[in-house]
Amino acid sequence: VAARARALLRPVTIAWLSFRIGAMAELQYRVNFFVQLFQSLVALGTALAVLALVFSHTPALAGWSPDELLVVVGVHFIMGGLIRTGIQPSMLRMIQDIREGTLDYALTKPEDAQLLVSVREIRIWQAVDVLVGAVVLGVALGRLQAAVGPPAALGFAAALLLGAVMIYCFWLILAIGAFWFVRIEFIVELFDGIYQAGRWPVTVYPGWLRTGLTFLVPLAFAVTVPAQGMTGRLNGRTLLAAAAFAVFLAAATRWLWTRALRRYSGASA
Amino acid sequence: VTRPSRPRALADFYLTVMRTAVQEQFQYRAANYAYTIGMVAEPVIYLVVWSTVARAQGGAVGGFTPGAFAAYYIVWTLVRTMNIVFTPYGWEWRIREGRLSAMLLWPIHPIHFDLAYFAGWKFVAIVLWLPIALALSLVFHPQLHVTALEAAVFAAAIWGAYLIRSMLLWVLGMVTFWTTRVSALYDLYFTAELLLSGRLVPLALMPAWALGLAGAAPFKWTFGFPIEALVGDLPPGRLLAGLGMQALWVAAGALLVALVWRAGVRRYTAVNN
Repeated sequence: VAARARALLRPVTIAWLSFRIGAMAELQYRVNFFVQLFQSLVALGTALAVLALVFSHTPALAGWSPDELLVVVGVHFIMGGLIRTGIQPSMLRMIQDIREGTLDYALTKPEDAQLLVSVREIRIWQAVDVLVGAVVLGVALGRLQAAVGPPAALGFAAALLLGAVMIYCFWLILAIGAFWFVRIEFIVELFDGIYQAGRWPVTVYPGWLRTGLTFLVPLAFAVTVPAQGMTGRLNGRTLLAAAAFAVFLAAATRWLWTRALRRYSGASA
Repeated sequence: VTRPSRPRALADFYLTVMRTAVQEQFQYRAANYAYTIGMVAEPVIYLVVWSTVARAQGGAVGGFTPGAFAAYYIVWTLVRTMNIVFTPYGWEWRIREGRLSAMLLWPIHPIHFDLAYFAGWKFVAIVLWLPIALALSLVFHPQLHVTALEAAVFAAAIWGAYLIRSMLLWVLGMVTFWTTRVSALYDLYFTAELLLSGRLVPLALMPAWALGLAGAAPFKWTFGFPIEALVGDLPPGRLLAGLGMQALWVAAGALLVALVWRAGVRRYTAVNN
């Protein structure tokens, strides 16, 4: 039993080890914390200026009040920070490795290759965005005078986790494209551009775009649904749908990954 | 051997570099296309949000209907394309890798290469932009009434915008001669540009104090003015005055480039080559 438990925990152990190595490397550059803090605050200032501008012309946007939209901004910062801390760096490394043939080093290790390529890089200073987002979220909830009970907090945490899983799958699917198209560094800009759409609740967008931002790029699940959890808009059905879609996406990503690996021929061979 | 006159030689240089840029960038049309599509997300978000506001306010906000917003933000995509110039982030690479050393040996100022190369690239970018503009128009139904004068002023103003932004970002990039910790400065610059240029929102929707600020800054001549020249109903006098302001900022930018270049290049020590 103990051996099986250890086998099950092995991915967690590997991810944690990789996180520690990455963190130690980054902790050498402490000034970067202040650089990142400054950049986060500038981004926050811009986001607040845009909100102020929109709400100087209208009292509510598609049924969301200014303070409720502040919740969305907070969640958008938190999720963006998670993506740039733990998801995007590894994906970019993988794209580079595919192009240069150095993916060999991950593939030849006696562990699951998808796990290895997904946890190799970490940018801890980017997590400043998570802190900034949490502060914004706290301020927004204070202004809403919302009493967030344990069920709402739990629903929020679950929605955020599911959203992160879906964004991870989406990024991995994009990165897998490198097996076929090789030169795809530009997808960072593509992703960042589209991610900005999550700054607003997806209910703002016209139907075809909303569908795209829900199932094609899972921004609705990643940002809007957690924000709904904090503003009393989330019901069990939505959460269940999020869970189902996350499972589907994870399975589809796994299938695509195994097919894509067959296309990889390495460069060192 | 008779040497061609200086203006003639410069014109030859521009034509050659532009032709090279067209051929080179056309090879990377897929990457160019993906970049253009990624760029389109930004105006579509603004367009959707402001159209929602307009509808909530009974059909228009600050004189803009959803159709007018659609026209504004579709023309925006072309102006944004014209706004892409040599990035100030590229200067770090240029200096760190010693790329500038080779450029210093040229008998002409290196800015001519950037101006010519990116100008040539624009022709590829505009050709690739046309189907995107068509698709956006079919989806968002822009309301656009263009006079011949407006079209002519727009055609000139997008190149004015290109020149102004090229110069300003060159100056910003040259800060790297003095320090390589530039990301904070760049962030501030691009944020000010986003808010005060008309990129985020038509300047008419900004509060009065911000408008005053925008009037004093160069940014609106690279973004808001070209768009409004085409989609707004500016009288001929204001259209021509706008081109005049652009000419003024081109001259100011050229002067700044010359001054900063002269001071900065003395601090340059090649790293390799």
